[in-house]
Amino acid sequence: MNMIQAINSAMDVMMERDPDVIVMGEDVGFFGGVFRATAGLQKKYGKTRVFDTPITECGIIGVAVGMGAYGLRPVPEIQFADYIYPALDQLVSEAARLRYRSGGEFTAPLTVRSPFGGGIFGGQTHSQSPEGIFTHVSGVKTVIPSTPYDAKGLLIAAIEDNDPVIFFEPKRIYNGPFDGRYDKPARNWSAHPAGEVPEGYYRIPLGKANIVREGEALTVLCYGTMVHVVEATIEGLGIDAEIVDLRTLVPLDIETIEASVKKTGRCLIVHEATRTSGFGAELSALVQERCFYHLEAPIERVTGFDTPYPHSLEWAYFPGPVRITEALKKILKD
Amino acid sequence: MAQNEGRRNLRSLELHVPEPKFRPGDSVDYSDLVIPPAGSAPRPDIDARPDSFHELAYSLVRVLDEKGNAVGPWAPRLAPDLLREMLRNMALTRAFDERMFRAQRQGKTSFYMKCTGEEAVAVAAAYALDRDDMCFPAYRQQGLLISRGWSLVDMMNQIYSNKGDRLKGKQLPIMYSVKDAGFFSISGNLTTQYPQAVGWAMASAAKGDTRIAATWCGEGSTAEGDFHSACTFASVYRAPVILNVVNNQWAISSFSGFAGAESTTFAARAVGYGIAGLRVDGNDILAVYAATEWAAERARTNQGPTLIEHFTYRAEGHSTSDDPSQYRSADESSEWPLGDPIARLKQHLVALGEWDEERHAAMDLELAETVKAAAKESEKNGILGHGLNNHPFESMFEDVFEEMPWHLREQCAQMLEEQKAAGL
Repeated sequence: MNMIQAINSAMDVMMERDPDVIVMGEDVGFFGGVFRATAGLQKKYGKTRVFDTPITECGIIGVAVGMGAYGLRPVPEIQFADYIYPALDQLVSEAARLRYRSGGEFTAPLTVRSPFGGGIFGGQTHSQSPEGIFTHVSGVKTVIPSTPYDAKGLLIAAIEDNDPVIFFEPKRIYNGPFDGRYDKPARNWSAHPAGEVPEGYYRIPLGKANIVREGEALTVLCYGTMVHVVEATIEGLGIDAEIVDLRTLVPLDIETIEASVKKTGRCLIVHEATRTSGFGAELSALVQERCFYHLEAPIERVTGFDTPYPHSLEWAYFPGPVRITEALKKILKD
Repeated sequence: MAQNEGRRNLRSLELHVPEPKFRPGDSVDYSDLVIPPAGSAPRPDIDARPDSFHELAYSLVRVLDEKGNAVGPWAPRLAPDLLREMLRNMALTRAFDERMFRAQRQGKTSFYMKCTGEEAVAVAAAYALDRDDMCFPAYRQQGLLISRGWSLVDMMNQIYSNKGDRLKGKQLPIMYSVKDAGFFSISGNLTTQYPQAVGWAMASAAKGDTRIAATWCGEGSTAEGDFHSACTFASVYRAPVILNVVNNQWAISSFSGFAGAESTTFAARAVGYGIAGLRVDGNDILAVYAATEWAAERARTNQGPTLIEHFTYRAEGHSTSDDPSQYRSADESSEWPLGDPIARLKQHLVALGEWDEERHAAMDLELAETVKAAAKESEKNGILGHGLNNHPFESMFEDVFEEMPWHLREQCAQMLEEQKAAGL
């Protein structure tokens, strides 16, 4: 399966298992979603379980919170993460706080799916990576898969989770892994081992990172599309790096991170999101606090620049092989 | 550029900024406020088309006339026992408010909000809805909890953030949450409950349930985007929901003109969404009851949502942190042409020969005692200290998530160490 099919399959599996799971969002019903992630679900489960919504993100999330309070398990879609901001009040003030403020009387077991990230010439409003906004909010979990296998297992776990989960789908790798070489032909998931996805139910626990590649020279912390860009770049350079795909940002798998950096003594953080106050800052602070006496070089970050996501200069902006290579040289200098 | 030549003779544009009619020190004259006579508004069929509500959205459903008689097609013909119960619950709500306002002034709690003058809005709804219908209130519908027989002590425990507070001192006073009484957790963020109520109602419909939802916001909060999204969703999916707008004329210091009242009514908003819209005398408990019962039946028979504007007056300050004498005339409340909801129901019962001054005075005394006894009971669980007396430190970290993740466990341990080091 490609990642879209895996995500579709996760929703299919969960709708089959739990009659309280419902799917809603702009264009998700009859049409099956602008990325086809919900294709066929309305036909299979009916219009009262999979339906199109008006174009109002605050409404979509607000309604989903109410459905959650009733006892349903909604899986709302926000068409692009760039358009999640109108729903911020409902996510930050309501979904994230409902359990806390009601002493556990009411909960918001939503899974908000949203395509995110750049690398597709999406310009300013089809490329953003707003995960740092959500990791800053207490009460929500933030999950980002990097393969079809993980996407399905993590999405099933997210839907089953009783806390609100923001599930960001890296749309650049919906159809195939991306090594950052935008001038090379696209690959698809059929050639990748993680493109093998079981038909039925399985889950990948939230809060567990995945060591994509073991190594001794340094630790690279990354997630989403960047996992593949990092992997291809270090393979090209022949560096013995340990690549940790975080998979869940909150709650974070701190044990895996700590063990890896203590072993390698060096740490590189890579994400597409803008740098200042991005999630990389949190990762860097945690590594510094916990691994200070093991560090042999300053922690480096390769991130998007602190600018809106540009259209024509995308490949200068994107944390691709060129930028990662420079950071690796710096961190491995002595 | 030739066009610019001609423009020189045009009058300058002017920005209209609304201004209330009366400010502090002004004498109040409501003579230009149009109050249709009781009984004059027609009562449409339950399945009337949404586009037929234009007149009702600009009129005022009223049942109790100036003499206290219940007149017209909306008169609900309730048994005297029920009317006395409603009267009692309005008076109990007022007595509760009085006591808790004083408790705030005495420093027993940090904050309180009264609903004086608006008691009919929530009390009537509690009677017109079924107990298992879900309410998504704003912060001024305490009458719902009181009328549904919820424990005053439990409400006060929340206000005092004491040991008995089921919300463990996490919430600002009056932000109740009572699932058992169909009362959704109150949020400080205005109108967020509106789309949530619609979602709850949609869920009920999707599951083939028979329960409906109701929600409330003030007229000021109708300006929020969530009001628009909720009305759109409610209309699109014909959700079994009642959308109440409590137009008490004031949003803190801003008069209703800042929410658009100079040009139209709030009930009229319904027309544009294709929702049935009723405008009701909010100080007439029989009118509120009748309108809510009508809307509930409409919702329960899959005819869709209703928006009800309750035309009323916020008789007191916005909250214990507010001084209304700074922005409005002191006479506004006493001159309000729709009177006081308790006085009006009392007059009706007296007119029916079912009530008298003596019984009313005795009831007020008894209710004051009831509230006092509840307050004493609640105070045994403690009053607001400095946030450090009533709840274990570690409870602050509970309920953020279903299970406490490592980073919260670490922060909790760190806090306990800090408190210990400081000798606390």
